[in-house]
Amino acid sequence: MISLDFASLLQGKYAGWLIAGALKTILLFSVSWVIAFLLSLVIAALRSCGVKLFQALMFIFVGYHRNVPGLVQLFVWYFGIPQLLPQDSQSWINANGSEFIYGCIALSLNAAAYMSEDIRSGIRSLPTAQFEAARALGLTYLSSMRKIILPQAVRIAVPPLVNQTLGLLKSTSLAMIIGVAEMTYTSHQIENENFKTFEAFAIASIFYWSCSFFLIAIGTALSRYLRSTGVD
Amino acid sequence: MLQILQDYGILLLVGQFPDGPIGGLALTLFIAISGLLCSFPIAILVGVARTSQIKVIYYPVSALVHAIRGLPALLIIFWAYFIIPLVLGRTISGIATVICALVVYEIAFMGEVVRAGVESIPKGQVEAARSLGMSYFKTLHRIILPQALYQMIPSILNQFINLIKNTSLGYIISVNELTYSAYQVNSQLLIRPFEVYFLLALIYFLLCWSLGLLIFQIEKRIKIHRQISTRSI
Repeated sequence: MISLDFASLLQGKYAGWLIAGALKTILLFSVSWVIAFLLSLVIAALRSCGVKLFQALMFIFVGYHRNVPGLVQLFVWYFGIPQLLPQDSQSWINANGSEFIYGCIALSLNAAAYMSEDIRSGIRSLPTAQFEAARALGLTYLSSMRKIILPQAVRIAVPPLVNQTLGLLKSTSLAMIIGVAEMTYTSHQIENENFKTFEAFAIASIFYWSCSFFLIAIGTALSRYLRSTGVD
Repeated sequence: MLQILQDYGILLLVGQFPDGPIGGLALTLFIAISGLLCSFPIAILVGVARTSQIKVIYYPVSALVHAIRGLPALLIIFWAYFIIPLVLGRTISGIATVICALVVYEIAFMGEVVRAGVESIPKGQVEAARSLGMSYFKTLHRIILPQALYQMIPSILNQFINLIKNTSLGYIISVNELTYSAYQVNSQLLIRPFEVYFLLALIYFLLCWSLGLLIFQIEKRIKIHRQISTRSI
């Protein structure tokens, strides 16, 4: 029987690593989520705008991100894109933590594609009369989107958006492969150093579980709040 | 990019197959298909357990499903890499590790698909079957599952797409599947990472996208078929 020793991981050097890893995961997740959410609104609006070119571009964008593994998207950004960038912007990114930047870009674009699909189905579930009425009242396309359509569509889309949010939290672990020192990376590193595999992975698992739990709680509270203020 | 495909196409497709171990796209598909085949029967049990009225069955299975769904697939692969040799008492290959990890991961997700399928069957059918004297298992076997599984075909294929995408995680434990092959190609070429990884993305895209189109067609077919069969009753 293996004897478990959590105590040595929860103090000194390893505790520092774990806290840094947890903070890195949370930072990566939060930044990517904000970018992804804003971008998904834009994508959803562009996909229902009626301009063929934009629709086609967004169709390809969403198709690419939904049909290619997240890991491969990450590789394309981390290994592939620098080849296309001019030398000075490459060195700027390298000097400012290229792993985190590319990880963030890849994760947020991926999540944005998934979220935009949820918002789009939210938009489609609204009666078209809403949009027509907004336009008839003299609102431009953009302001009817911003003031009338999207607020309602997002409300409808809250449950699937919470799911995508959880998915994004889990995808942040992929960033360890390109060397972002987040939670999975840290636990792997601790395991490599002192062979307390079970303890290291258990701590990482508990971290992900509590984060998911926290996000689900926020999602539930949010949808309850929106229902109390919302349209229906 | 065509040059890469010409030089390394075979490596990406089957690895060093005739002379060495199989790899590349063939291994990716092998892992995904065996993952699907292994997880499907267990997922049915999990899905049925998740609709069970018996608390001793419902709560532990639900806890397990939620626990798996809350973890990144990568972490599950690490867990598998650590636990399976410990349980078996000997080391197993990376391929087997990835398959086991993906099966565990997929059980939770496909279990939910099965649950949704079972719950979509109208209550009246169960009541009718039970009042005809069928046992619970017979009702499940003869009435619920045949209909539920038929309706679930698109969702199961969707899970298959997810499986294909998740096989790329085998890269982390050096399983020689498509992503790892591309990584090897890239380390041989060194100067053209964008072309290599774009090609890799393109292969995954074509594979999953065409599967997606197939699912769309099947979905339409099923919808028509279900309408006809309900009308004829």
